[in-house]
Amino acid sequence: MEYCPVTYPDVFNQEISQNKAVHIYFSQAIPLVTYIDESCLYLKEKKCRICEGVCENKAIDFRQTPEKRKVKVGAVLLSLGLEPFDPRVRPEYRYGEFQNVVTSMDFERLLSSTGAYAGEILRASDLKHPQKIAWIQCVGSRSVVEGNNSYCSGVCCTYTQKQVILTKDHHPEAECTVFHNDIRSFGKDFERYFQRAENLPGVRFIRSYVSIGREIPESKNVTIRYATPDDGVKEEEFDLVVLSVGLNPPREVIKLAQQFGVELNPHQFCKLDPVNPLVTNRPGIFVSGGFQGPVDIPESVFSASGAGSQIGQLLDYRRGKLTQEREYPPERDVSQEEPRIGVFVCHCGANISGVVNVPDTVEYCKTLPHVVHAQNQVFSCATNSAKEITDITREKGLNRVIVAACSPRTLEPLFRDTLREAGINPYYYEMANIREHNSWVHSKEKEAATRKAQDIIRMSVARACHLEPLQEFDLPVNKAALVVGGGLSGLTCALSIAAQGHEVHLVEKDADLGGIARRIHYTLEGLDVPAYVQDLVGKVYHHPLIHVYTGATITEATGFIGSFVTRVQSDRGLSEIKHGAAVIAIGADLYTPGEYLYGQDERVLTHLELEEKIAGGDEKVTGAQSLVMIQCVGCRNEDRNYCSRICCSQSVKHALKLKELNPQMDITILFRDIRTYGFKEDYYRAASEKDVKFIRFEPTAPPRVEAGTAEDGRSVLKVTVPDYILGKELELDADVLALAAAVVPSAATKEIAGLFKVTLSPDGFFKEAHVKLRPVEFATDGVYLCGAAHYPKFMQETINQSYGAAGRVLTLLSRDTVLASGSVCEVDENKCVSCGACITACTYGAIEFYETPQGRKAKVNPVLCKGDGLCNTKCATGAIMLKHFTDEELLSEIDAALVEETAPTALEAAA
Amino acid sequence: MRLIRVMCSGRIDPAFVLRAFSQGADGVFIGACHLGECNYITHGNYHTLNMVLLLRLILEHLGLDPERLRMSFMSGAEANLFVENVNDFVKKIKLLGPVGAGEGIGPQELKRKLETATELVPYIRLVERERLRAPMMSEEAYYAYFAGQEMKRLFQETIVEKLAIGQIIALLRAGPLTTAEIARSVGLTPSEVSKHLSTSSRHRLVRYDQEQKRYALA
Repeated sequence: MEYCPVTYPDVFNQEISQNKAVHIYFSQAIPLVTYIDESCLYLKEKKCRICEGVCENKAIDFRQTPEKRKVKVGAVLLSLGLEPFDPRVRPEYRYGEFQNVVTSMDFERLLSSTGAYAGEILRASDLKHPQKIAWIQCVGSRSVVEGNNSYCSGVCCTYTQKQVILTKDHHPEAECTVFHNDIRSFGKDFERYFQRAENLPGVRFIRSYVSIGREIPESKNVTIRYATPDDGVKEEEFDLVVLSVGLNPPREVIKLAQQFGVELNPHQFCKLDPVNPLVTNRPGIFVSGGFQGPVDIPESVFSASGAGSQIGQLLDYRRGKLTQEREYPPERDVSQEEPRIGVFVCHCGANISGVVNVPDTVEYCKTLPHVVHAQNQVFSCATNSAKEITDITREKGLNRVIVAACSPRTLEPLFRDTLREAGINPYYYEMANIREHNSWVHSKEKEAATRKAQDIIRMSVARACHLEPLQEFDLPVNKAALVVGGGLSGLTCALSIAAQGHEVHLVEKDADLGGIARRIHYTLEGLDVPAYVQDLVGKVYHHPLIHVYTGATITEATGFIGSFVTRVQSDRGLSEIKHGAAVIAIGADLYTPGEYLYGQDERVLTHLELEEKIAGGDEKVTGAQSLVMIQCVGCRNEDRNYCSRICCSQSVKHALKLKELNPQMDITILFRDIRTYGFKEDYYRAASEKDVKFIRFEPTAPPRVEAGTAEDGRSVLKVTVPDYILGKELELDADVLALAAAVVPSAATKEIAGLFKVTLSPDGFFKEAHVKLRPVEFATDGVYLCGAAHYPKFMQETINQSYGAAGRVLTLLSRDTVLASGSVCEVDENKCVSCGACITACTYGAIEFYETPQGRKAKVNPVLCKGDGLCNTKCATGAIMLKHFTDEELLSEIDAALVEETAPTALEAAA
Repeated sequence: MRLIRVMCSGRIDPAFVLRAFSQGADGVFIGACHLGECNYITHGNYHTLNMVLLLRLILEHLGLDPERLRMSFMSGAEANLFVENVNDFVKKIKLLGPVGAGEGIGPQELKRKLETATELVPYIRLVERERLRAPMMSEEAYYAYFAGQEMKRLFQETIVEKLAIGQIIALLRAGPLTTAEIARSVGLTPSEVSKHLSTSSRHRLVRYDQEQKRYALA
């Protein structure tokens, strides 16, 4: 890369900074290797070839040509992703015209430490830090003008808030202004996130349509015109304007759709089956992620996992046909031998050797105690290098191996395997990180970096002397699954698991299956829900591998991944269920309003009750002259600081249905922000066009409701609310008042969480292992979640996630055993004084007392221990010790770090 | 800066920190996950912050600058935060100078002080669990709590006397000393030293040598 003479705009960094023709795509790319693209002089003009000459590994081959390969597959998954909206299609955004108007994608690369200016936020015109930054929301979204998308992209509100928070982190003095329409913080924990951004000093959220004015010739600042109810129209100057662009369908989607023969919806995303959003119109071709529609990361991840499960269903008969068993030589017992350490110092191409003097370092290693072999390698991770390590370990009788290279996060498993190949316990392997911790951060101080590399290796050698062989153990996996909850999510998940040949025990507290979906009669998109649920329930009852327990309560849940034992009291009596995995799909409950005369006046209904009355053809509802709906009842407040996500669309759904049944009805929806994200925006627009009135209110001045009489003398409910646009109090007469009551965590949530040792989020819903990356798993191994138990969501999202959970369950159940790490805690009973400090610290419940002839002693269940080692620091007698991170091992590292050098030199070598 | 890997900051023992200082490290930096974003479910980083703040009180009490021990919170994706924190820390430590020397404490004295504190670690664990553990709260609240009067009183009650007696015993290992000599070495008033000596005599840790007119180990 250093030698390549071609520089051209870096596509990954939005063409803000430059890159070379030979380059790494971006710093987290997988695989993390360099490649040459079309800007190469040789490829264009048959000139140059400098890189070919300087590459020591002869890795560059200009003779390569594109080739076509035929691959036979049983299924195809279309994960085509999304494309950011390009604001150049609308000249009024001034993108490309004014230098200091950027897209949110550009801004993202400015924020990133691997971005265009290495984490500095600089604007294009003068490369200075912008002080006043404005974000404009809904660029390219929620608009029916030519070139824009009519739908809501769903992610921009929150990513803008993230950008505001990060900008304030970078420059606390920056003034950030967000011009927005509705704030759509409908995702899990998003409401709190919005509040965090909004409450930062120097941050303004202004609800206003805006237009970009002009560029000031001298400063290149950009003006924005906006209007507020208090001040009227204003024009304000900003140093930088960020366009929060929406999400477009994937690039070349029409061509790809034709190639695969899949149908698109009018927005050019994949046309989805409402009851199975993971399949296309062509059997065998599946869809996940952004091609389903504009989605955030968690939805994208669980749909990917769900598509995986469905492909598993399709191809289950071929499972395991292409796998090969690895065989290792028997392990040599070296625990009684003196340490014989081998050190392999990796050049990592020039990544390390360009900074660290590797030959000197190798010579230094040979002077360290117990080191009997040291050598360099160009790439230790290359297959032949790994083989070399194995061979030399055998030849020279090494019993500990250190590779001085990169972070253990990526390659430790590979090198541990290398040791196993040589018949040595993998825990005798130690990794010295002289790349991330050294050569990459000290590239300008080569001598100090070489000394530091030697220090790091010396520390590793000291630690290696104390390493012990540890046994990983195979836990058998019981092939059955337990699904807790017989609603839509539980049913879907159970069927998908059973379809892949696994027994499923489905536990439902009610007498019937179907859950809350039984009370829903139609969806916004027009799905006949009762027919669908009935079909699903039928399939579950008829499936030979699914055992249904109704009227059930779980009395006890014990065990761990692969072998759980759960006791269930149900209509079948008391059952003891043995299972390898558990899925929590207990759904959610509905808030019972205490406000707006609910429960006192029979004309006040919740949405679910309204739906039942509409479906039942209740004249009082369908024949009403006037109907008012109030949004956010029982949530987005102090008690429940979250958005229930589905209610805005529910209201729109009912409004449209009622307008269809009775076009004369006056319908008014009182809202705070309308959150009809994604394609649901179209229905919001349709409702407006059908003259459904939307009136916004502030939480500080909520609507007031009292019984009264209309002008025509009929008895009505009087709903009073301030109208901010007209600037006066409005009084509405309602024959029916429908409340969008919050979705709240199921009453059983806490009990179930306790039984299965899983945790809850601040709002009381179940907490997933990682909000973005592991949205269907718990941190507790072998336990999964899906549906509204996780967070309120639409049926389509529930179905996606339920298949997603099934996919993760299958990943576990398709194996015969799971490997438990050897790095777990162990108690020295002679030292244990049974104080219980470790037991209190271990929230995994991995430590318990048991009786011995010497009295009560703590004992670790190695299967439940996750190896974090917190208990070690709680034990007053040092009786409990985390293997592989023992006091001895860690203290030896500390001593070795400081043994040769006195502090001042250590300081010099530091950053 | 030399890095040592642990799987969770909760594994970091006060003894490790003290060992690093006694081996001549001028600063100890602990990088941990953001509070409330535990990779495990144990929230070990809260425990570590509690331990760090307690250790900082001990360092300060021993005459060392508590800024030599710092804990920062960051995620794996926040390289910029790590760089900022580390650079700032290194700058701070360079200002403070070498450990001990920067505070005007001689190497022998430093060693004795840190050894005394290390010997106290098992006791610290016990008393931390019983009395000095703060409930989980924000980083700022932790710092405020540990700077507050309540903690000052608790620290005085639980740790200070132990540290003083520990140091006196460490001093007496080298040979008998008078109250005044002890007072000079550990930086206490003679009357405070007398109080500790009488407690220690009661516990039969030290005795008064009539012949030498000095205190000695029992």
